[in-house]
Amino acid sequence: MIRFLVKRIALLIPVVFGIITATFLLMHATPGDPALTYLGNHPTPAAIAALHHQWGLDKPIINQYFDFIGGLFTGDLGSSLFYNETILKLIALKLPPTLMLMLMGSLFGVIFALPLAIWTAIRKDKFIDHLVSLMNAVILGMPIFFIGAMGILFFALKIPIFPVGGYGESNLQHLWSLVLPSITIGLGLVPLLVRSLRTSVIESLDSEYVAFARSKGLKNRAVWLKYALRNGSISGISILGIQVGYLAGGSLVIENVFAIPGMGSFLMSGILNRDFPVVQGATLTFAMLVVLVYLMTDVAYALLDPRARFK
Amino acid sequence: MSTMTRIKKLHINNFRLYLGIFILLTVIAMAVFASHLTKFDPIEQDLMNALQGGTDKHFLGTDNLGRDIWSRLLYGGRTDLFLATAAVLAPFIIGTIIGAICGYFSGWIDTFVMRVADVVVAFPFYVLVISLVFILGNGVSSIFIAISLVSWVAYARIVRGETLIVRSKEFIEAAQTGGISNRKIITRHVLPNVITQAVVYAMSDIVLNIGVIVTLSYFGLGIVPPTPDWGRMISEGQQFLAGGYYYLTVLPAIAVIITSLGLSFIGDGLAQLLRVKR
Repeated sequence: MIRFLVKRIALLIPVVFGIITATFLLMHATPGDPALTYLGNHPTPAAIAALHHQWGLDKPIINQYFDFIGGLFTGDLGSSLFYNETILKLIALKLPPTLMLMLMGSLFGVIFALPLAIWTAIRKDKFIDHLVSLMNAVILGMPIFFIGAMGILFFALKIPIFPVGGYGESNLQHLWSLVLPSITIGLGLVPLLVRSLRTSVIESLDSEYVAFARSKGLKNRAVWLKYALRNGSISGISILGIQVGYLAGGSLVIENVFAIPGMGSFLMSGILNRDFPVVQGATLTFAMLVVLVYLMTDVAYALLDPRARFK
Repeated sequence: MSTMTRIKKLHINNFRLYLGIFILLTVIAMAVFASHLTKFDPIEQDLMNALQGGTDKHFLGTDNLGRDIWSRLLYGGRTDLFLATAAVLAPFIIGTIIGAICGYFSGWIDTFVMRVADVVVAFPFYVLVISLVFILGNGVSSIFIAISLVSWVAYARIVRGETLIVRSKEFIEAAQTGGISNRKIITRHVLPNVITQAVVYAMSDIVLNIGVIVTLSYFGLGIVPPTPDWGRMISEGQQFLAGGYYYLTVLPAIAVIITSLGLSFIGDGLAQLLRVKR
């Protein structure tokens, strides 16, 4: 297990460096001058030069790159132009709601998807299988902000169960205000999860150990609970891990629909305020989050299924 | 699986394929012949007749600026469908070529490109595209570049995997011993055998693109008004949801869903066809 961990983390290092480099290139080597973007339509040359100096953009690009990496190691991601606060502090403030939203979103996703996956796997090619796959295609076609808007309309305005938006004051209110957004994200996850979970449940139902269990006289219900559910959950972890990019993108959109002060609103506010360091810091955080979840997924999978360690 | 169920299954999925093609062709025809299907200009305002439900004159009603919803749906489809489809082409071509080269030659080039791919997919699709459009500035070309920079990875990975399988086949070995150049082997013998998977993926990729384009304009990025577009119609309509003007939001959303549904059906049908053929 330790060997697996070491190997897995060693593989991670070039990717992390790649992410840092890509974020740097994104903001520094692309056409367009951030100072122009920041200053708007008719800036004076002096103002542009001053901003360039303040952001270190007048140095050679290689120096800027090393400054950037050096800054990362000391936790210095620059300061927001709009909030007058360091990016690191802002991220520490904005990350918890997003993590919570992603966690609750995936939880709802699994709660919705797992029963559907097992049901459609057992009734493969039957009516319910086709119905669920049609429903999945419909959900897949819905923009997630539309699902959110409908959720607000029906469960916050028509039947006022949930708040229309915002994040509340106390911890309990935080949690409560995340329920409807999480359900939205979970619903968006359903088509992605059901498709792969169904396949893995079918595979495990077709396997020799299930045939053996049946030949020993195990009832259907026991087979489904013991093998379908268990193996479904294990592969569910890795499928969920793969979907973390969707989760992150989904929370970016949903946070803005529900006005939740997380990383997604942070990134969006950075974009609307032309706050360059914020966009850079938020993008980097999102990417790091995804890589970290990939790592955690692999480790969890290796813990649950010993065969994965030797691949 | 018995032959009978296999045929039955093929039939069901073919039905799905045909239904998908029918839906998509209908939507495309509506977008292309938009000017013949409505007499209203999609951006012409008529404030005297704002926020009216279906009337004799405007059969799907008008929005808050009195613009005809039916016209806006048609012309919005033109914008979104064209953009989403066009934005698939560059990644498709680039990704397929890169994937075939990586899979065929392996070695350091493959390792390097696949690490780059790892880095690109580490950025959530929406996060990267939205950030890129911010950097590149609003506009259609920014959407193209942003999507292309991200989407090639999926094609490269799919085609690479398929190429790895094909490469070990005998006919490739025969071509190599026969002294045919690598370039010719890739274009004549590898690509025709691996391209179908990429085509299947392209269908769901267009759905993905519609999603991200609509989301961009929902946030006021990308497509610049007054160009009609389904995403902005939804976001503008949302302000009037509480007032009971559901159709402003729901109609463009239905347009998005129907289009995506058609594309998904085609993708599923093609995938199934491929699986049966193998």
